[in-house]
Amino acid sequence: MATTIPEPPRISDRLRDYSGNGGKNWIPAAGNARVLQDRRFNPAQTGIWVALAAITMSFAALTSALVVRQGVSVGWGHITLPPILFSNTFVLLASSVTLEFARRRVTSYARGIESNKAVPMGWLAATLFLGLLFIAGQYTAWLQLKSQGLYLATNTNSSFFYLFTGVHAAHILGGLLGLVYVMSKLHRSVLRRSTFAACAQYWHFMDALWLYLLLLLWTRI
Amino acid sequence: MAETTAHAAVHHAPPQGFIRKYIFSIDHKVIGIQYTTLSLVAAFIGMVLSWAMRIHLAWPNAHIPILGWLSPNGAPGGVMTPEYYLSLMTMHGTIMAFFVLTAAPMAGYGNFMLPIQVGAADMAFPRLNMASFWVTFIGFLLACATFFIPDGPPLSGWTAYAPLSAVGSVAGPGQGWGQNLWGLSIALFCVASLLGSLNFIVTTLDLRTKGMKLSRMALSTWAWFINAWVSLLAFAVLLPTCLLLVLDRLAGTSFFIPGGLVFNDQLQPHSGGSPLLFQHLFWFFGHPEVYIIILPAFGIVSHIMPTFIRKPLVGGWKVITFAEIAVGTLSFVVWGHHMFVSGMSPYMAMVFSVPTLFITIPSVIAVLVWVFSLYGANIRFDTPLLYSLGFISLFITGGIGGFFLAQPSTDSYLHATSFVVGHFHFTMGLSAIFATFAGFYYWFPKMFGRMLNEKLGKLHFWLSFIGVYCVFITMQLTGMTGAVRRYSALVDDFMVPLLPAYRFMTIAALLLGAAQLIFLYNAIWSRFKGPKAPDNPWGATTLEWDTTSPPPFDNFGGRQLIVYHGPMQYDGEKSEMQTSPAPSIAGT
Repeated sequence: MATTIPEPPRISDRLRDYSGNGGKNWIPAAGNARVLQDRRFNPAQTGIWVALAAITMSFAALTSALVVRQGVSVGWGHITLPPILFSNTFVLLASSVTLEFARRRVTSYARGIESNKAVPMGWLAATLFLGLLFIAGQYTAWLQLKSQGLYLATNTNSSFFYLFTGVHAAHILGGLLGLVYVMSKLHRSVLRRSTFAACAQYWHFMDALWLYLLLLLWTRI
Repeated sequence: MAETTAHAAVHHAPPQGFIRKYIFSIDHKVIGIQYTTLSLVAAFIGMVLSWAMRIHLAWPNAHIPILGWLSPNGAPGGVMTPEYYLSLMTMHGTIMAFFVLTAAPMAGYGNFMLPIQVGAADMAFPRLNMASFWVTFIGFLLACATFFIPDGPPLSGWTAYAPLSAVGSVAGPGQGWGQNLWGLSIALFCVASLLGSLNFIVTTLDLRTKGMKLSRMALSTWAWFINAWVSLLAFAVLLPTCLLLVLDRLAGTSFFIPGGLVFNDQLQPHSGGSPLLFQHLFWFFGHPEVYIIILPAFGIVSHIMPTFIRKPLVGGWKVITFAEIAVGTLSFVVWGHHMFVSGMSPYMAMVFSVPTLFITIPSVIAVLVWVFSLYGANIRFDTPLLYSLGFISLFITGGIGGFFLAQPSTDSYLHATSFVVGHFHFTMGLSAIFATFAGFYYWFPKMFGRMLNEKLGKLHFWLSFIGVYCVFITMQLTGMTGAVRRYSALVDDFMVPLLPAYRFMTIAALLLGAAQLIFLYNAIWSRFKGPKAPDNPWGATTLEWDTTSPPPFDNFGGRQLIVYHGPMQYDGEKSEMQTSPAPSIAGT
C-alpha cells in the first residue's frame, strides 16, 4: 500500500541514519522508501497496539469485578437492555465499514488515481457521523434507563451498565478525536499512511470491544 | 514515508528559550532529570514523615512543633493523635511507593538513558513523554495538598482498603476530601505511568539503531523494557479500581461497601458490595507494583556490575534477562499472598502460596548471577559498585524474610507485625533506593558532565548501609516478638518492654537521615564545582558512554551508529574487558 502523501516520499540522509527496529528495515543506499514502508512497523501503530493491550487489561479488570461482585450478591436481578443498544451496534459496525472505504479512497488519492480529496474526506465524515450517532444512541439508552428509574447507584446491575457503557463511550470519544485529527491531516495533504492505520486499528478495536461488552451486558446484567 | 513517520516526532529542533528548554521540555534527558528531581523532593518529604512517626513511637508525648502548625486538629500542641499517625503513615507509603520508588529508577533514569542506550535521538513520543511528567507532577501536588486541607491526609494506608476508604468522611479524619484528593492523585499517577510505559515499549521496539538487536541491548534497557510491560498491565488495573472507589465515594454505588455497615453509629446507605473485591483488584496491581519497583533496580545493578568487576555477568545477558522476565510474569499470579488473613478461602491461600514460593527461584537465580560474577573478578570498589553490592545484601536480607511470609501458617502470626514492615523496607524499599543511589553515582557524570566526590560517596554509602541495618533488622526482630504494625504507641503490656528497641530505631533513623545530607551536599556541590567528567570515566561499554558528557541535544551529534556486538561480548582473544563502548561506531 502506498503512502498517503501525494508527492513521492523524501528521505533526508540524516533521517535515514536512524532506522530503528535494530536495522532490520535499514534503507538500502539507493533505497526505495515505498518498499520499506509497507513492511515496517512504525511507532504510531506499535503505540496503538500497546495502548490497546492496556485498554484490554482495564476492561478485563472491570469484567472480573462484575463476576466477583455478582458472585457475592444476593438477589442479583436482571435489567432488560434498552433495545436501542442493538441499533447502536449496527451503527458502530457500519462506521467500521465506512472507515475501510475511506482507507481505499485515501490510498487511491495518494497514488494519484483519484484527484479529488473530497471523496475520501466524505467517507471519513461519514465515519465521524456514525460515531457521533453511536454516542447519541448510547445517551438515549441512558435516558431510557433513567425513565425506568434506574440510575447509576440504584442497584449493582445498573451501576455496572452505566460503568461499562460510560467507559466505552469515553474511549469512542477518543477515537472520534483521532478521526478529526486524520481529517485535518488529509485536509492539509500531509496525512501519513501510519497515522491512518493507527486510527483505524483503534476504531475497529473499539467495535470489537463493544460487541464483547454487549454480550457481557446481555448475559450478565 | 514510514521513515519520516518514525522520526518526524523524534527529530524535533533544539528548543529555544528557558521555558521550552528546562520546564515544558520534550527532550527525554531534561524529562529524566525532572523526574529524578521530583523523586528527590518526594523522598525528602517521605523521610521527614517517617521521622515524625518514629519520634512519636519512641516518645509518644514528644512535641513536634511543625505538626501542630500543619494540623491543629491532627496534632494539637504538636503531639499527634493516633489518627494523625495513620495519616502520616498513609502519606509516607503513598509518596515513597509511587512518587519515589516507581518514579526514580524507571521514569527518572530510564527516560534519560534508554533512548541513548538503544542509539535513538529521543523517545518515540516526546510530547506524550512531557505530558506524563507533568501529569505525575500534578498528582504529586494533589498528594501533598492533603496536608493543607482542614481534614488532613487520609488514614486508610497506601493500600486504601475499602470499605474504610470508600464510605467518606464518616470513617474518620482525612477520609473526606483527603481521600478524594488521594484517589485523584493516584489516578493521575496511573495515567502518567501508562503513558510512560507506552513510550518505553515503543522506543525499545521501534527506535533501536542499526545492529542493535535485542541480544545486544544494555541490561538496564532490558529491565526497563520488561518493567514497562509489567507497569502497563498493572496500572491498567489500578486505574479502573480508582474509578470504582471514587464512584462508591461520590456517586453512591456499592461496588466495595457491604450492606448493613455501621460507621460511627451511622448505618451506611449501601448494599451488597465486596471489600474483598477491592483487595483483589488492588493487589492484582499491588504485587506487580513491588516488582515494578525492583525490576529497574535489577537492571541498574546488572548494568553497573560488569563495568566495575571488569568481566561479563555469569550467564551473559540471557540468564539475568530471562530471570527478570520470569519475575515479571510470575508477579501477576501471586497477589493473593497479601490476603492470607483477609478472610479469603484457605484453599485459595494454598493456591497463591505455591507461585509465591516459585517466584523466589528467578529471584535467587538473579542474586546468584550477581554473587558468582564476583568470583575471580578484578573488582574496582567505586561508589556505584558499593551501592550495587549494598543492594544485593539488602535484597538477600529482605528475601530471607519473604520465605516466612510466603507460607500461610507462619504468615498468620507475622502478618500484622512490624516484621512485615521490616521485610518490605529491605526487599523493595531500600534495595530499590540503594540501586537508585548506585545509578545516581554511576550516571551523574553523564547527566551533568561533572564527577561526584568519591570520598564523600563512600562515606555516604557506609553510613547508609549501617544505618539501614540498624533500623530495619531491629524492626524485624521486634516484629518477631509480636510488635503490632500501624499502632501509634506501645500500648499493650507485652509491648512496653520494646521501648528501648524503638528508641534505638528512632535514633538510628534520624542519623540515617542526617547521612543523606552528605549525599545532598555532594550532589549540589559537584553539580557546579565538581571536576569535569570525561566522556567515559568508568571504562564502560554501553552506548551512553560513547557520547559527550552531558550528551548533545540529539544524543550523538548527528553520528551514524552501527552496533556490531553487545556490551558484554568481548573478542575471544581478549580476556581483558574493553575500556570503551564495545558497539562500534561507524564514521560520522
